[in-house]
Amino acid sequence: MNRIARAFEGKKAFIAFITGGDPNIETTERLIIALAENGADIIEIGIPFSDPVAEGPIIQAADERALASGCTVDKLFDMVERVRKSVTIPLLFMSYINPVFVYGTERFMQKCRTCGIDGVIVPDLPFEEQDEISPACEKYGITLISLIAPTSHERIDAIAKNAEGFIYCVSSLGVTGMRSEINSDIAEMTARVKRVSSTPCAVGFGISTPQQAREMAAVSDGVIVGSAIVRLVAEYGEACIEPVAKFAREVAAALEQSEGEAGNGGRT
Amino acid sequence: MDKKGRFGKYGGQYVPETLMKNLHELEAAYQHYQNDPEFQRELLDLLKNFAGRPSLLYFAEKMTADLGGAKIYLKREDLNHTGSHKINNVLGQVLLAKKMGKTRVIAETGAGQHGVATATASALMGLECEIFMGKEDTERQALNVFRMRLLGAKVTTVTSGTMTLKDAVNETMREWVSRIGDTHYVLGSVMGPHPFPTMVRDFQKIIGAEIKEQIMLAEGRLPDAVIACIGGGSNAIGAFYEFIGDESVRLIGCEAAGLGIDTPKNAATLTLGTVGVFHGMKSYFCQDEYGQIAPVHSISAGLDYPGIGPEHAHLSDIKRAEYVPVTDAEAVEAFEYLSRTEGIIPAIESSHAVAYTKKIAPDMSAEQIIVVNLSGRGDKDVAAIARYKGVDANE
Repeated sequence: MNRIARAFEGKKAFIAFITGGDPNIETTERLIIALAENGADIIEIGIPFSDPVAEGPIIQAADERALASGCTVDKLFDMVERVRKSVTIPLLFMSYINPVFVYGTERFMQKCRTCGIDGVIVPDLPFEEQDEISPACEKYGITLISLIAPTSHERIDAIAKNAEGFIYCVSSLGVTGMRSEINSDIAEMTARVKRVSSTPCAVGFGISTPQQAREMAAVSDGVIVGSAIVRLVAEYGEACIEPVAKFAREVAAALEQSEGEAGNGGRT
Repeated sequence: MDKKGRFGKYGGQYVPETLMKNLHELEAAYQHYQNDPEFQRELLDLLKNFAGRPSLLYFAEKMTADLGGAKIYLKREDLNHTGSHKINNVLGQVLLAKKMGKTRVIAETGAGQHGVATATASALMGLECEIFMGKEDTERQALNVFRMRLLGAKVTTVTSGTMTLKDAVNETMREWVSRIGDTHYVLGSVMGPHPFPTMVRDFQKIIGAEIKEQIMLAEGRLPDAVIACIGGGSNAIGAFYEFIGDESVRLIGCEAAGLGIDTPKNAATLTLGTVGVFHGMKSYFCQDEYGQIAPVHSISAGLDYPGIGPEHAHLSDIKRAEYVPVTDAEAVEAFEYLSRTEGIIPAIESSHAVAYTKKIAPDMSAEQIIVVNLSGRGDKDVAAIARYKGVDANE
């Protein structure tokens, strides 16, 4: 069992997203350590991209700040290598396909392995195009996380059967961002996954409060919280460590509560 | 072309999972209606009676005499309703959207030609319409913004990124992923995820088919070269497609070189770009060593795009088509030249093709024939060209 799967063992996983290099590499490094110390089970580091078409305004702005600060893939690799000395939880890269492709897929995955990245999430690489990077992922032992969306329906079977690590359940139509309500039938999505696969399901897109995290965890195996954290980074800049740590503790506590409640269709 | 819409290694469907179901539905609907005689009859009727096709193939006698080389013909897509080739694709897609039961269409626009065409077709067919346009483009094409609103469309100004065409595409994609049930994205060029590059090309290939018929009638033989400007590449592929099998016909796409290919201010994708995966497709892009898409520049809002359609990438690789850079200055000079010489004001986009024709025609013989695809009319550009020349023209 790899490190990602272990993060879901006996608990609802809290996956925290931050944009790498926002507002600068040093802050990202401190944030990773703080998140790991304050309840995050997995950390997803976004590689900033000039044209993040799946992101809402909060993460778009974070990408712009990160690129303006001079963040590059190479600087993120170096940072991960440093932070790996003290952080043992799984670290993922979230990247659009182009930065991976242009870096050289093989070279990218090799570097991921060397510096201690466990997996990658590529939001514009659907199931049909996964072979663009999956051979290199396999070669270097990097887990390629699959996504399912409210529109996936019958596509879920094929995606789930081939999934590894965890399945990223996109909670809503649209782009990333904080939502006051999540209307999709997440329980139905996760139930469909469970029929064909034992891969855990984590829900992302729009989860912005501990309360929402608890609700979503009740019908899944974990939650991904992004924009709500990135918003704190935007607000506090380099001084974001403590506010983010506090928020992470709240989300983690909410998930523990959720574990206490009898899950209805969550863990297998 | 194999599955997933590939042209050689280019193309594909690199989009978020949320859109995949819609793309499959679109592909299935397109395959169905493409072979549906009733759909084809309706579309042909619209092209003829609404858009004014076939467009003329005009012998540019004075330009030919002035340049003293090859005979030059102009394919007058500028005479189509709404003033450019964009209407060909839009009538096809909006009719298809209606057949699919969609009640709303969205589209990106650069110069405004595609936005105006989409707003027009939506007015005609009774669909709700929203157009996304970069802030910089709404400023340099202010008249087109008003025109779209006049046609009943909502125009949303895009303020992210470089605030030009690529950002308008980003924002339209974000809108589509948020609201896909009742909405069709009328992509304006032969780009984006499959099936758009194929479908848009099929709706535009009527240009080349007409050219072939018209030139055979006029000259009894094929042209020696077909020249078109190229941003995403829809007017170019429309003009080229019929001739791809005719090896004797040179196919020449004119890219926007902006201030020059030795400066960073250009949009010459095939001249300077590298292979990447963006906006749903694998193709060539202007980008840095880390795959960050470059801010590009062209005086022409319609060519101010950092990528190119995947079929062009393939035609370039296999050397079936040539792609050449043309600067802002050369395009403006050609804009004025054609206006003065033939009494035809070309779109600043199309002026790139006119400019390259001026370069090569004198070195060709009087027996040779060039067809220039005059993809749009230049009325929309008059104020911007005046500004470029330092004249403060009030629109």
